[in-house]
Formats: sequence, structure tokens, C-alpha cells
Amino acid sequence: MSADLRTPIKIAQGLGSAKHGVHHFMVQRITAVALIGLCLWAVWIALAMLQMDYAGAHALIARPLNAVLMLAFIVAMFWHTQLGLQVVIEDYVHARGIELTLQIAVKFICFLGAAASALAVIRIVLGR
Amino acid sequence: MPATARPLSPHLTVYSWQIQMVTSIVHRGTGIFLALGALLVCAGLLALASGPDAYATLSAFCRSWIGVLLLIGWTWSLAFHLLNGIRHLLQDVGLGYEPRVFVRNGWLVTAGSFVLTALVWACVLAQRGAA
Repeated sequence: MSADLRTPIKIAQGLGSAKHGVHHFMVQRITAVALIGLCLWAVWIALAMLQMDYAGAHALIARPLNAVLMLAFIVAMFWHTQLGLQVVIEDYVHARGIELTLQIAVKFICFLGAAASALAVIRIVLGR
Repeated sequence: MPATARPLSPHLTVYSWQIQMVTSIVHRGTGIFLALGALLVCAGLLALASGPDAYATLSAFCRSWIGVLLLIGWTWSLAFHLLNGIRHLLQDVGLGYEPRVFVRNGWLVTAGSFVLTALVWACVLAQRGAA
């Protein structure tokens, strides 16, 4: 007879699959799929902006379709970046304190980068 | 670090170099470099939102020799990460694991990354000629 008085369900709860074990893996792949098209579009936009002056480039990003795609590009790019750098740090940084510091720094920088970029796009769309 | 000094995998010093490991390492390397490129995208949008002066400053940096060098580096990194990323997605659904195919795809991705980079910069040069 076991000395453990907890019921089997109590012991099992919280230890097994909660169906989100592959969340990181899946989000990395989904953002990757999104970025295939968005990166090609972004390169095309960058090339188009080369021969434009400031007003032309501003108007190009201000177009609704381009603004929406740019927002999608920003979110997918910084999200994918955060997930990728997280794995690199997990794999190579074995000092716990440095690892934790880097992990938090990467998350903060990626969020701030995305937020600042999004604000810039909104400001471009609304005009100045 | 572990108490014993056993070598950790992958112990690169004992492997003979081959395309499989190089594309894997380069995928990570380009990913890290592209993370810095993401900040340039952010800087570009902020400059565009700030006004003509900020945009001119960023524009001048991108046209300087260090700027062009960085942009060529980011173009190739993006091309490689994009093509090798597509290869990874295909591997995720179980395709391309036969050794012969795996090696061939590695070379395809590597060659393709240089072709894409050349294409983009041919466009840059053509526009510069037209402008």
C-alpha cells in the first residue's frame, strides 16, 4: 500500500500533456510560412523606394494594402526573431544568470522594436 | 557547466566538415544577423514617420560603403535563411531526408542564395542607372 494518500488523478494533473508542448515549434513554423511571402514583398517595397524621394516613399507605405502588409511583416518578423534567438540562447548560454538576462532582454527588444515599428506605420498612414 | 569535462555534442572539432552541418550552422548565423536587420527595418519606418531630415540621414547611411556592405550581407542572409527555411519546412513534413537528396538540397539552397542576392543587387544597380 502506497503512503501517498493523493488520488491518481491528483498525481497526474499538471504533469502530462496540456496540448501546448509544441506551441513554440508551431508558432516558429507559422511565422516562417507568413514570412516567405512577406519578406519577398518587403524586398520589392525596398527596391521600389530606392527611386523615390521622401514624399513618394511616405505615400507608398501610407497606402492601406502596403500599411497592412507592413504591420503583418513587422509582427511576424519580430515574433520569429524572438523565438529563434530564444532557442540560440537556450542552446549556447549555460550560465543561468546571463541566460535569463539575455532571454528577457531579447523579449523586451523584440517587443519594443515591433511596437515602435507599428507606431511608425500608423503615423505614416495618418499623415503628419 | 557540468562537473565532468566530457565533450558536449555537437563537438565540431572532431567532425569533418560537410554541407549538412554547414547549412545548419549558417542558418543560425544568418538568423542572428537578420535579427539586427530587423532593427534596421524598424529604424527605416521610424525615419519615414519622423520626417525628411531623419529619412535623409538614414538614406545617407545606407548609401555609405559600410551601409552598402551591411545591406549586401543582409540580402544574402535573408536569401539563405529564406531558402533554407523553406527547406526546413519541407523537412518538417517529412520530405528530403534521403542522404543524396539532403546533400543536393543543401547545395541548391547555397547556390540559390547567391543567385537571389545577385538578382536583388542587379535591380539596385539598374535603378541607380535609371535614376
